[in-house]
Amino acid sequence: MIKFIIKGLLRDHHRSLFPILIVTIGVWMTVFMQAYLSGVFGDMIDTTARFSTGHVKIMSRAYAEYADQVPNDMALMGIEQIMTDMQSEYPDMTWVKRINFGGLIDIPDDEGETRSQAPVMGYGIDLLSPGSTEIHTMNVVKSLVRGRMPEKPGEILISDLLAERLEVNLGETATLLSSTMYGSMTMHNFTVVGTIKFGIMAMDRGAIIADISDIQLALDMEDAAGGILGYLPNRIYDDNTALGIVERFNQQYEDEDDEFAPVMGKLVELSNLGEYLNYAGSVSTIMVFIFVLIMSIVLWNAGLLGGLRRYGEVGIRLAIGEPKGHIYRSLIYESVFIGFVGSIIGTVLGLGCAYWLQVVGLDISAFVKNTSMMIPNVFRASVTTETYYIGFFPGLFSTVLGTALSGIGIYKRQTAQLFKELEV
Amino acid sequence: MNNSALIIVTNLVKTFPMGKREFTALKDINLKFNQGEFAGIVGPSGSGKTTLLNIIGSLDIPSKGEAVVMGQSVSGLSPKKAADLRNHHLGFIFQTYNLLQVYTVYENVELPLLLRKMSAVERKKLVLQSLEWVGLMDKIKSRPAQLSGGECQRVSIARAMVKSPEIVLADEPTANLDAKNSHNILQMMEKLNRELNTTFIFATHDEKVIKYLRRKISLDDGKVVGDEIVKNK
Repeated sequence: MIKFIIKGLLRDHHRSLFPILIVTIGVWMTVFMQAYLSGVFGDMIDTTARFSTGHVKIMSRAYAEYADQVPNDMALMGIEQIMTDMQSEYPDMTWVKRINFGGLIDIPDDEGETRSQAPVMGYGIDLLSPGSTEIHTMNVVKSLVRGRMPEKPGEILISDLLAERLEVNLGETATLLSSTMYGSMTMHNFTVVGTIKFGIMAMDRGAIIADISDIQLALDMEDAAGGILGYLPNRIYDDNTALGIVERFNQQYEDEDDEFAPVMGKLVELSNLGEYLNYAGSVSTIMVFIFVLIMSIVLWNAGLLGGLRRYGEVGIRLAIGEPKGHIYRSLIYESVFIGFVGSIIGTVLGLGCAYWLQVVGLDISAFVKNTSMMIPNVFRASVTTETYYIGFFPGLFSTVLGTALSGIGIYKRQTAQLFKELEV
Repeated sequence: MNNSALIIVTNLVKTFPMGKREFTALKDINLKFNQGEFAGIVGPSGSGKTTLLNIIGSLDIPSKGEAVVMGQSVSGLSPKKAADLRNHHLGFIFQTYNLLQVYTVYENVELPLLLRKMSAVERKKLVLQSLEWVGLMDKIKSRPAQLSGGECQRVSIARAMVKSPEIVLADEPTANLDAKNSHNILQMMEKLNRELNTTFIFATHDEKVIKYLRRKISLDDGKVVGDEIVKNK
């Protein structure tokens, strides 16, 4: 009987083509949107982790409270001891110290007078230690546009756009004007040895990168840093693991009244990405639900129209002694077949588009020129394991639901009425 | 002719609601049909022919009285039992053939057998035998749209006969056919009736059909007004 049904389905394009087309389109969009959201939010998490928060971050309590102002006067002290402790307690994790700072960069002329000047956002990271992971984490080498990596103290990289604006050449001196950890003004000379472009507009507008030892010296932050960032093994963020580490760390300091006592936070809290991720999860769920609902209504209608077209068939099948339940089940089998075929085609198409967007990306730099958010300039989709099967939920569910609703008509109709309707 | 009664209709009344009132389609019908009969329920439109055929075919139930088909009272049958009765003992032939357009002649005839747990070899044997009875062996791969009206009705007969039912109910089977095709079809059914001893019951007002009947039951306004043996071959 199944073979008989499939045969009829394939031959009758009204019964198969339209529903398969609807399912395909719905599944295609679901798969693509899942991959797109997964890529965008994945990129945001990754970017935030690499440049801002790590997977976990230790700061002083005061610094954590005003973290958005980068208050280095509330920096974490005694970082070398904390680093040593963390490395011994979590040897599989990578622990790095960072100093984010703000200030002015001044380019002097031959007379030592200001030639050009601009506000900057600075990153003090470990550039010079042998085996430092920071160059890889911040993707510095690949971001180099001109020049070379700093090789000795006093050398810095500046963003390519900033270099153009300041008309600074490689090898020239740049003076950082900022405030020390204790609130006094500081000026420190650096040599520009390279320019960089991260593909993150917030950084490309005006970032400088220097070795953390230089910044500690410049800002009078001996054995201090804005924060210590920890990265989970293989650099894959897992919220539960991060939560465990955070709880364990914070328990050690929970009784202290010192506002400079260390406190640890995890990525999604520190970056407020938790809300974003919940939002993304809700959006994905709502999207799938809407697709299921719309497709079910469309397929319900298609089922009703198909049912009208197939009055004769249903009538004759009842007349030859096929029980109503059997006919109803056969309609469900048909819908499973349609849902399955539509889901496969839709998933293949969705995967194709998602893969294309994963490789090529969508350049949004024109829209984020003035943003200070840590979002990449190119949005990419991300094909995950979920991408391969998510489309089957709306694909199968909506067709079966649509058919189940339209098929109820079989039970509502009197057999004799059906039989009479055959005599058209 | 075997005189065992396949169908016994006793004091049968069928009413339909019509707004706040009721319309009585069949009034106190009492009939018996024996095996091998070639009978017709004749009468003008609205006389209740199709309603009576529907009740005999377990597609409807009486409002009062009883219709016993193959020893089973139609009123007491569950939908599944009624379907079972139709599947095993009854064949239907319709005025508009009601063939499934997406299937071939072979597949249309095979359909009733698919509901029975029967091997493909056995099904093939029965389908070919049935198509041979109606002379359509050369059309087994054709679709209904490629056939003439007469050929379509022959497929419909083959489909009704393929499961060798005891009773075939034919509702205006020649209404859509010309005279020549009507005679061919009726001769074929008469032949099947004689050779297989199948009971044929027609609902008709077509004089061409009436000429072939051996028993003519006249209905008028829901009442049996005549029941006569026309021929006794």
